[in-house]
Amino acid sequence: MANMPVSEMRLPPHLAHLLAARRLDTAKDVLSLPEVELMAVLDAGLPTARAAVAHVSEAACPPCQTALALLEERVRLGGGGRLATTLCGLDEALGGGIPVGKLTEVVGPSGIGKTQFCLKLALLGALPEYYGGLDGRVLYIDTESKFSSRRMIEIGQKSFPQVFRQEGLAQKMAGRILVTRPTSLTDFTKSLEQMKVTLLQHDVKLLIVDSMAALMSLENERATGFRQHPLRWTLSFLKSIAEFSRIPVVVTNQVRSQSNVDGYHFSFEVDKKDGNNCTGGFDSHLVAALGIQWAHAVTVRLVFESHSGHRFIKVAKSPMSPAVAFPFVVETSGVTLLSDEGIDVTGPEITSIRCQGKNVLAQ
Amino acid sequence: MVVMVLFAISAGPTGSSDLIFLLRTAPALPPRLLIRRPVSRRSSADRPRPASHRSSSAGSARSSGSCCSSSSAPPPPRRRRFLAGGSDAGRAVATRRVLDMGAGENNPLGAQNAWDMLSEEQSQKHITTGSGDLNGILGGGIHCKEVTEIGGVPGVGKTQLGIQLAINVQIPVEYGGLGGKAVYIDTEGSFMVERVYQIAEGCISDILEHFPHSHEKSSSGNKQLQPEHFLADIYYFRICSYAEQIAAINYLEKFLGEHKDVELCIYTSQVRIVIIDSVTFHFRQDFDDLALRTRVLSELSLKLMKIAKAYNLAVVLLNQVTTKFTEGSFQLTLALGDSWSHSCTNRVILYWNGTERYAYLDKSPSLPVASAPYAVTGKGVRDVSSNHKRVRVT
Repeated sequence: MANMPVSEMRLPPHLAHLLAARRLDTAKDVLSLPEVELMAVLDAGLPTARAAVAHVSEAACPPCQTALALLEERVRLGGGGRLATTLCGLDEALGGGIPVGKLTEVVGPSGIGKTQFCLKLALLGALPEYYGGLDGRVLYIDTESKFSSRRMIEIGQKSFPQVFRQEGLAQKMAGRILVTRPTSLTDFTKSLEQMKVTLLQHDVKLLIVDSMAALMSLENERATGFRQHPLRWTLSFLKSIAEFSRIPVVVTNQVRSQSNVDGYHFSFEVDKKDGNNCTGGFDSHLVAALGIQWAHAVTVRLVFESHSGHRFIKVAKSPMSPAVAFPFVVETSGVTLLSDEGIDVTGPEITSIRCQGKNVLAQ
Repeated sequence: MVVMVLFAISAGPTGSSDLIFLLRTAPALPPRLLIRRPVSRRSSADRPRPASHRSSSAGSARSSGSCCSSSSAPPPPRRRRFLAGGSDAGRAVATRRVLDMGAGENNPLGAQNAWDMLSEEQSQKHITTGSGDLNGILGGGIHCKEVTEIGGVPGVGKTQLGIQLAINVQIPVEYGGLGGKAVYIDTEGSFMVERVYQIAEGCISDILEHFPHSHEKSSSGNKQLQPEHFLADIYYFRICSYAEQIAAINYLEKFLGEHKDVELCIYTSQVRIVIIDSVTFHFRQDFDDLALRTRVLSELSLKLMKIAKAYNLAVVLLNQVTTKFTEGSFQLTLALGDSWSHSCTNRVILYWNGTERYAYLDKSPSLPVASAPYAVTGKGVRDVSSNHKRVRVT
C-alpha cells in the first residue's frame, strides 16, 4: 500500500491539490520526508504538513487484524497450510512441514543433498493432494544448472511407486514443474518481476530457488560493494510473494569458510572470549554465504551438515520449533531420515555448520 | 534525551513544597517547552489542600493525592501492591497531564515534580518477560512509558520474546498483571499464530499453577483465561514496506485513541504494549540515502517515545544485528547505526553464552549493566532450569 496514489486516498481537497502540485504522488513520497522537509516542499505551515501526514498515514496503513482472526483464517484455509516433506520426524518438528507463506532456507556445504531435497520438494508440490502433495505447478529457479528431470523422476518412482505406476503420471507430474535458468542477477530480477503474473496464471503452488548464493557470487565478481542492494530487494520480494500467493518459498544457500573460529561477537563479549580462544585457532569453519542480514530475514532455516560420520538436517531457526537435528542419508529415493527421533541441539551448535565428510584424498 | 533527575530536599518531612522542580525532558515536547525554570510550589502548597475541590487542575490533584496517601515519603515497597491496585486513576491523571502540557494553572511548563515521578514510578507495574532472571536485570520487567530495544543474532529468540510480551501484558490484574492489550507490528512476517497460541496456553497454565484457587472463582474469570481471549486482544499489523511502517506508526496514535479505556479515563489506552518486529527490516532493504534514513528513523523514534509517554504504554523494538569494523576487527553490533542507538531508553542484547541464551542490558538510564540467562521453551520464554545452570560452571 506504500505505492497507493495520493489521489485515491480521498484526502480533503486542499491537501490533495497541494500534494499533487508538489508531485508527491504516492504515500511513499509523502512519508519518506521528515516533517520539516515536508513543510519546505509543501511551502506550508506545520499544521498543514501534519494534517497531510496524518491523512496519508491513515490511508496507507495496512488494516489491523487480531491474532484470533488470523488463527481463524488459518483454520478456515485448512490445517495451517504446510507442505509435508514426507520426512516424518522433520515434519513433526516443523509443525507439519514447510510453512506456507514463509521463506524457508536450506543451507549446507556442497554435495550434501540440498538439491536432492529440493527435487523431492518440487515433486511433492506437483503431486495430487491425495498423496500429500500440493497438486499445483512448481516454479523451480535453477541458477546452478543442477536440476535433473531424470533424477527427479527416479526419486518419484522410488518414493511413490504406487503413484508412478499409473500410466502417464510421470509425464504429467514432470510437466507441472517449470524450470527457469537465469544466468545473471539481472535475468533473475526480471523473471522475479514477471513472477507475480506467472504465479497467478499458472496456479503455481511452490517456488524453489536453487541457489540464491550462486547468483550473488556471480554479481559480486563484477562489482564489489554492489552486492547488498539487489539482494535486499530480492529478499523482500520473495517474502511478499510467499505471503500474498500463500505458497511456500524455498531457497538454498551455499557456505563459505571463515577463518575466525568463534565467528563474530558483540564488543562486550570480547574480553571473556579471549582466554579460551587459543584452542585450535587455525581451524576454519563454515558460515552461510549470504550474510547475517539474509539470516535475519529467513523465517525458517534448515542446516544440512555432516559430522561424526553422519549427515544431519538441523532446524536452526524457526519461530515454531525447537532446534533439533535428524540424521539422514541420500538414497535412490532421495533424502531419507535414518531416525524420526530428533536430537536436541543447544547453544552455538544450533547455528554452526559443520562439514566432516569422508575425505577420499586423505586415504 | 533523558535529563538526569537530581533532587534536593531542603526542609524536613513536609518539605515537598521546597522540592526543586525539575522536569524529565520528555522528548515528546516541542522544543519551546523544553526551557526549564525552577517554579516555587509554595503558593499552591499554602492553599487549603482538599484535592477534591481542585480536581479540575489535574497536576495538583495528582501531587497532593499521592503525597497524602504516602505521607510525603515514597511508598514503601510493601504498600506497592495497594498503590498498584489504585494506580489506574493516578496513571490516568498523570497521562492527562502530559497531554495537557502547559495548560495547568499551577504548572505552566507541564513539568512534573521529581518526588511525584518517584512515587509514580514505584506505583507502576512492569510487564514480565516470563523469566525471573531477565526481569531482575530489567528492574522488574519491561517498563511502561519507555522505549526498549531488543536485539540479537538470528534465531536467538527475539520474536519469541516479542510474542511472549504480547501475551504477558494481558495477564489479568487480579493475577498480578496489567490486563492490557497489545499491538504487534510485524515487518518480517515471522509472527506464527500457532506459536502465539502455544505461548498463551503456557502462560495460562503458569497462572493456574501460581493461583491454584482461581478455578473456584466465577466463570467470568475463567473466561478470561482462554487462549482465544488472549489472541483476540493482540492487534496485528503486517507491514510490507518502510513507508507502511511509517504510516502505521503515525496512525498508531489515532488507533490508540480509538481503543482507549472507557472505564478509567479517556486518555488511558487499553493497549499497554506496542511491539515492532523488527524495526530494522525494511529500513535495511530499500534505503539508498542513509542521511535521509537517519532523519526518518529519528523522527520515528521520537514519535514512539511520545506515544509511550502519552498513553502510558511500553514500546518494544526488535532490532537485527550487523557487523561493524572497529579496532581492527569485525564485531557484532545492533543495526541502524550510531545515531539510532541514542534513540531508545533501554537497550537489551540477546546473545549466546556457551550453550545458553543470555540477555545483556546494554543501556539503561536507571539500572546497572548486567546479564542474565533465559531459555526459550515450548511454553515460551522462561528461566533456565536450575540443573542446567550447574552444568555451565567454569
